[in-house]
Amino acid sequence: MNVTEVQEYVPVIGLEVHAQLLTKTKIFCSCPSTYGAEPNTLVCPVCLGLPGALPVLNREAVSMAILMGLATNCTIAEESVFARKNYFYPDCPKNYQISMFDKPLCADGFIEFELDGETKRVRIERIHLEDDAGKLIHEEDGGSLVDFNRCGVPLIEIVSRPDMHSAEEAGAYLVMLRKILRYLGICSGNMEEGSLRCDVNVSVMPAGSSEFGTKTEIKNLNSFKAVEMGIRYEIERQIEVLKNGGKISQVTNLWDSGAKKLVTMRSKEYAHDYRYFPEPDLLPLEVDDEWIDGIRTKMVELPLERERRFRKEYNLSSYDASVLCSEKKIADYYEELASIAGDPKLSANWMMREVMEELKEQSVSIEQFSLQPERLAGLIRLVKENVVSGSAARDVFKEMVKSNESAEEVVRRLGLEQISGEGELEKMIDEVIAENPREVERYREGKIQLLGFFVGQVMKKSRGKANPKLTGEIIKRKLSG
Amino acid sequence: MLHDVGKLTIADIRRLYSEERVRPAEVLESYLNRIEEKDPAIGAFLHIFKEKAIEEAETLDIALMESKPLFGVPIALKDNICTKGKPTTCASRILEGYVPPYDATVVERLKEAGAVIIGKTNMDEFAMGSSTENSAFQLTHNPWDTDYAPGGSSGGSAAAVAAGMVPVALGSDTGGSIRQPASLCGVVGMKGTYGRVSRYGLVAFASSFDQIGPIGKNVRDTAFLMDVVSGHDPHDSTSIQESHSSLVEALEEEIGDLTFSVPRGFRDLDLSPSVREALGETVEYLRNSGREVREVELPDLEAAMACYYILADAEASSNLARYDGVRYGYRHRADSLIEMYEKTRGEGFGEEVKRRILTGTYVLSSGYYDEYYSRAQKVRAMIIEDFRRVFSEVDVVITPTSPTPAFKLGEKVDNPIAMYLSDIFTTTANIAGIPAISIPARLSPEGLPIGIQVMAGLKEERKMIRAAYALEKEFDFQSKVSGPEVG
Repeated sequence: MNVTEVQEYVPVIGLEVHAQLLTKTKIFCSCPSTYGAEPNTLVCPVCLGLPGALPVLNREAVSMAILMGLATNCTIAEESVFARKNYFYPDCPKNYQISMFDKPLCADGFIEFELDGETKRVRIERIHLEDDAGKLIHEEDGGSLVDFNRCGVPLIEIVSRPDMHSAEEAGAYLVMLRKILRYLGICSGNMEEGSLRCDVNVSVMPAGSSEFGTKTEIKNLNSFKAVEMGIRYEIERQIEVLKNGGKISQVTNLWDSGAKKLVTMRSKEYAHDYRYFPEPDLLPLEVDDEWIDGIRTKMVELPLERERRFRKEYNLSSYDASVLCSEKKIADYYEELASIAGDPKLSANWMMREVMEELKEQSVSIEQFSLQPERLAGLIRLVKENVVSGSAARDVFKEMVKSNESAEEVVRRLGLEQISGEGELEKMIDEVIAENPREVERYREGKIQLLGFFVGQVMKKSRGKANPKLTGEIIKRKLSG
Repeated sequence: MLHDVGKLTIADIRRLYSEERVRPAEVLESYLNRIEEKDPAIGAFLHIFKEKAIEEAETLDIALMESKPLFGVPIALKDNICTKGKPTTCASRILEGYVPPYDATVVERLKEAGAVIIGKTNMDEFAMGSSTENSAFQLTHNPWDTDYAPGGSSGGSAAAVAAGMVPVALGSDTGGSIRQPASLCGVVGMKGTYGRVSRYGLVAFASSFDQIGPIGKNVRDTAFLMDVVSGHDPHDSTSIQESHSSLVEALEEEIGDLTFSVPRGFRDLDLSPSVREALGETVEYLRNSGREVREVELPDLEAAMACYYILADAEASSNLARYDGVRYGYRHRADSLIEMYEKTRGEGFGEEVKRRILTGTYVLSSGYYDEYYSRAQKVRAMIIEDFRRVFSEVDVVITPTSPTPAFKLGEKVDNPIAMYLSDIFTTTANIAGIPAISIPARLSPEGLPIGIQVMAGLKEERKMIRAAYALEKEFDFQSKVSGPEVG
């Protein structure tokens, strides 16, 4: 897309996000909602939709949906109504989904996020509860099998208003949505495993117009990258059609992640009539203030608030704050570390470099990380107090990751205490001066950049233990004398 | 071996056991013999669990009799009530050979109470019909005259009780499907307040109307069975929370100051002459015994019928979507998914079921929803309000159960509207969710039974059963009438 086109047309984007809730059991029966079990082992008459079976609502799923509603500034309905969405598909054993239609649980909220230093607000139209379908497995011989384990796993559908105007904005909204879900601990947010799914509605309208263009839908976007690429592709396609005098038809497109293009799935003529009607097997869902207040006590500080606080309170850069707040557990770890170590800036540096690299290398989460804040804070304190040098500290860190030792123990074991005794340093410095007469001469002629060279030689001689700051000072004194 | 089990009540059977004259297996065997003898002419049963029933009876320990209200009592279940390991077909090709992996809640309660399931009974396919002629498998004949229909949809259960092949049976009632066949077969049938009996394991027809209920020879047996199957069930979200208070105990209470009523202008209702007479006699009896019988304004019955058929069919169209050949039941193997769906459902469902699915799908379609479904919901709310008002003034309402005695097999089979009108007095109770019972009053000149319906307000089964019990004593049907001569 070139700049002129962006000026000529304004894209309008809305997202429908499905998030699987991390309840212990399914939404309408007591089968575990675990991912990845042997096919058709987590099923019962209810989630298989056997004749005569009836749904019973899992209140934990409702609580989680309400928590998300509160986190996104929604109004929680005193009474919401489950409705049947009727359609035939082999992964849907009742051939209707139990969802919500005209009376959703949560409505009229918003999510804020930052993009290029600006705060954006996307309104949330509604959040409702529904049950997930099973999974089709297509065999090579053309047959298909169905795994019903996923059937009945609770979902919330979060429907945004069409408030986004670029692929980047949609991406940033989705990232923030996922962060919130994970902060609340109600969804793993794994797009590859399908625990977070995103459908997109896209239209474009001439700049200055207040009337939306015809929208199309994009499905099968199974990564953040796919979401942005799919939207970009569709915006360009629609602008192209309009510029050539064509009309946009209301279609549903599937993203082909291999070919990196959109394929039309169905046009509007084949659009479903879902024949929604109130689910007669369930009573209207009533939520009183007491229930909501109980859920409110579980509310956590949300990612954007926390990022902003980190910047202000710990004087961190936007980038550092956003990385440290990407996951609640990382932010928790950081705050604990900074508080024990008594140095937020130095703690942030260690988090951003060593800790993050180590997590990546070991591919573990921060909770699984062997070096917990208290031990790491010990090391940071040694650095701060000049007991070990920065470079020696990195070796100490590596050792601590492998063992249960405290920083002091590792430093002692490896003999890495920083040499800050002037007598000992002077002895090494004298040796270095004697060994490098040419450099001494050049330094004295004015090539003072060679100071680093001398410090380096002393560090080498001391196997990194010399206090670099003090060493530099002594060298300067000796060579100028 | 007992020779004449045909007339035994639950109390009779318990007496036989407590006097230790017989063992449960003997009783079961006697009933099985009677089924073998009578059922070929009636066709009430779709499945008979001969060995299994005797086997189960053998395991019953007489020492536990006191704690088990239905100890060793044989029972038949309508074939839309799920029985673990035993076929449950809803009299439909589409469920032919289907065996549920679980028991309905009522089945668990029956087993716990010591009852033995002797077989499953014929019905209109998926309970859609009023004559049991919509069964995909067989006709059921009215035991009073085998040229006549037993009514429906619980025709098999009503005929089985009427012919003495079981002392009691369970049916299901969505628009009158227990009461109408009970009336046509000269037995007692009731449905409780919506939510009184768990629907868990009842194959759904119209979820917001369906109720399982008992059919028995008299009010007492019916109350006895109702007490066993009623009560809150956590597996059914629409089940009533509070505990069920015993109907058998209510029978001991004086009829007292119950206020009776009949529909205003009841003499002008469109009824068969013999039904009109039966209703007139009932009113006369009550007035003669010094009771005031008020006339009350009932909801418009024709509006109620329209409301019922729109809402029930809408729910049915969705409830029956699961029969698609993918997971269980009949499948037409085809090359494409759509073809499999179409052929499976086209061949698996009968005409009436397809008619209801089409109607239900239509009334829920976008563009028609407001005109039909929403409007019918408003009518439903009005009917509920009408009954609330009626029952704030009176305790029970008396009506005929059906506008006619039994009709001949084949008589209405090609005229769905005439068939639907057979339920004109019964559907309102399902629309409003109120309890209702049918008790046999007298015979028509042709020798066919006529039933009277007693309705009461929400959760007022005790009032209903007391009124029905009093009427039953007056009608004295059991001793005045020798009963159907079968086979």
